[in-house]
Amino acid sequence: MVKKEYLGRFFVTACGVFIILLTMSIGAFLLYKGMGTFTTYHHSITEFLFSSNWNPADDFTGGGQVGAAIFIFGSIIICLLALLIATPFSLAAAIFMAEISPKISKKVLQPAVEIFVGIPSVVYGWVGLTILIPFIEAVFHLQVGFSVLAGSIVLAVMIFPSITSVSADSLRNIPGEYREAAYALGSTRWQVIRKVILPAARPGILTGIILGLARAFGEALAVAMVIGKMKAFPKNILSPTNNLTSAIASDMGGATEGGEYNIALWTMALLLLVISFTFILVVRKVSSKGEKQT
Amino acid sequence: MKKTISLILSAIMICLSATACSSATTNSAASTTPAPASQAVSQADTAASSTAAAPAVTGSITASGSSALYPLAKDAIAKFKKINPDVSITLNAGGSGTGLKQVADGTVNIGNSDIEASSKLPKDQAAQLVDHKVCVIAMAPIVNKDVAAKVKSLTTQQLVDIFTAKTKNWKEVGGPDEAIILVTRPTTSGTRALFKQYALNNSEESSNASLETDDSGTLLQNVSSHKGAIGYVALSYLINNTSVNTVGIDGVDPTLDNVYSGKYKVWGYEHMYTKGEATDAAKAFLDYMQSDDYSSSVETLGYNVTSKMTVSR
Repeated sequence: MVKKEYLGRFFVTACGVFIILLTMSIGAFLLYKGMGTFTTYHHSITEFLFSSNWNPADDFTGGGQVGAAIFIFGSIIICLLALLIATPFSLAAAIFMAEISPKISKKVLQPAVEIFVGIPSVVYGWVGLTILIPFIEAVFHLQVGFSVLAGSIVLAVMIFPSITSVSADSLRNIPGEYREAAYALGSTRWQVIRKVILPAARPGILTGIILGLARAFGEALAVAMVIGKMKAFPKNILSPTNNLTSAIASDMGGATEGGEYNIALWTMALLLLVISFTFILVVRKVSSKGEKQT
Repeated sequence: MKKTISLILSAIMICLSATACSSATTNSAASTTPAPASQAVSQADTAASSTAAAPAVTGSITASGSSALYPLAKDAIAKFKKINPDVSITLNAGGSGTGLKQVADGTVNIGNSDIEASSKLPKDQAAQLVDHKVCVIAMAPIVNKDVAAKVKSLTTQQLVDIFTAKTKNWKEVGGPDEAIILVTRPTTSGTRALFKQYALNNSEESSNASLETDDSGTLLQNVSSHKGAIGYVALSYLINNTSVNTVGIDGVDPTLDNVYSGKYKVWGYEHMYTKGEATDAAKAFLDYMQSDDYSSSVETLGYNVTSKMTVSR
């Protein structure tokens, strides 16, 4: 018996250690590869972050420009716009699920949202490409519908279920006494939701939004298919631009491994890791704040 | 805790030794295995009776690289395997850069590339590679149907002006009154490098005014679905294609015949690189790809046969 226990313990420990090692080694690998732009090819971090001159040399001598500002700006603007579109819908859906009609939502809406989460991103991208792009072209009388708007709408649809389910969970977790107390004081249902439930669930909702943002930032395929990938700052939300993930995906195969171009792409990957790491830190901060309050 | 660490370490060691063994076995399989005399004779007999010509090839080949060469390589592998069922061949696309790097590292036997190894790899690495010019590929400008009705051919200067975004409307070159939509490939693409060198006289395409697409298939679709769009793909993508039209350059249409005669200028060799001279299965495969037997398939798939070229580069 004792022997068996050791085996189980060893297996569990090994898996745990393995996951930690894996995460750390991926981080270390990205750091090692991504720093090459600054150490091997002697570019400044300011150039990488704020210059819009993107023309790295595809060889080992270097001497190109690695300004990734267009991609960084593209990523940020598309994600923010996607949040702007998705958050109101998600919040409304979460309130409906948790407060207005818990019974129907458990049978219909909850499974629907869960299926939503499971749809592969390539499907979102493809649907966007075949339906959304021609639609935008027709509505705005454009020759080309690839645009910031198209990218944001696709992303908004993608992150809608994540934000909804996390927010709905946090709404459900509000103790029943809060509601009862508010109703006892003569509040209407709307007042209860707006003044009591929503403020109490704020940390959870914020966590949902940040998780959605993190997913949006890292999404490559769906956005790449509808954004147009033009290396220019967008003039308005109807003009095409590019973002970090699409830029990595389109050149990673062609660029020579270890060349300046390749290393510059690794630096973008490192930046993405840093950004998502920051989001996770923020999530932890926000949710721990919530715990202290309650 | 110490115990766990040592256990993990030993597990890693086992994994490592296992992979080392497996790679060793593939190596020995690739080289012709010395067999006892009697067995060797009987094997030779059966080989002679079934496939009259060459002795049966065994072993394994790995290849990766250029996506422009991928369709041809895939077809050649299928036909080569029919003749030599005992060979196993793994083929990956992934881009010319990947192919060159992997063959230089020895990760694959054959590295496929649209461009010369010397333009991407450091000199000492490129010098170790042996080039096999398995075929010639030509790139053609393609336009949307409604442009094609009026524009059949462009001069080199017009083409340069269009791709550098100096010319912005089709009516300036005799087409309909429509804005020109540029559709291009990523900077690291071999197709783009070739088109830039021979069609655009090395002028840099205007990246900040063009839509980029990851692969030629998507590019074709984008050009066919957007009015006023222009892009470029390899002729191999235009086999059985009716959704877009090609445009001539300086009055010469992009056809296989015009490439053979040297009239059409936007072409380049497709390279299959080996590290050192090709040996065993890889050599047999490369010989087959360049053989007369296979040359008709090369043309059917929209590539030019290297040996038939009347001009060289």
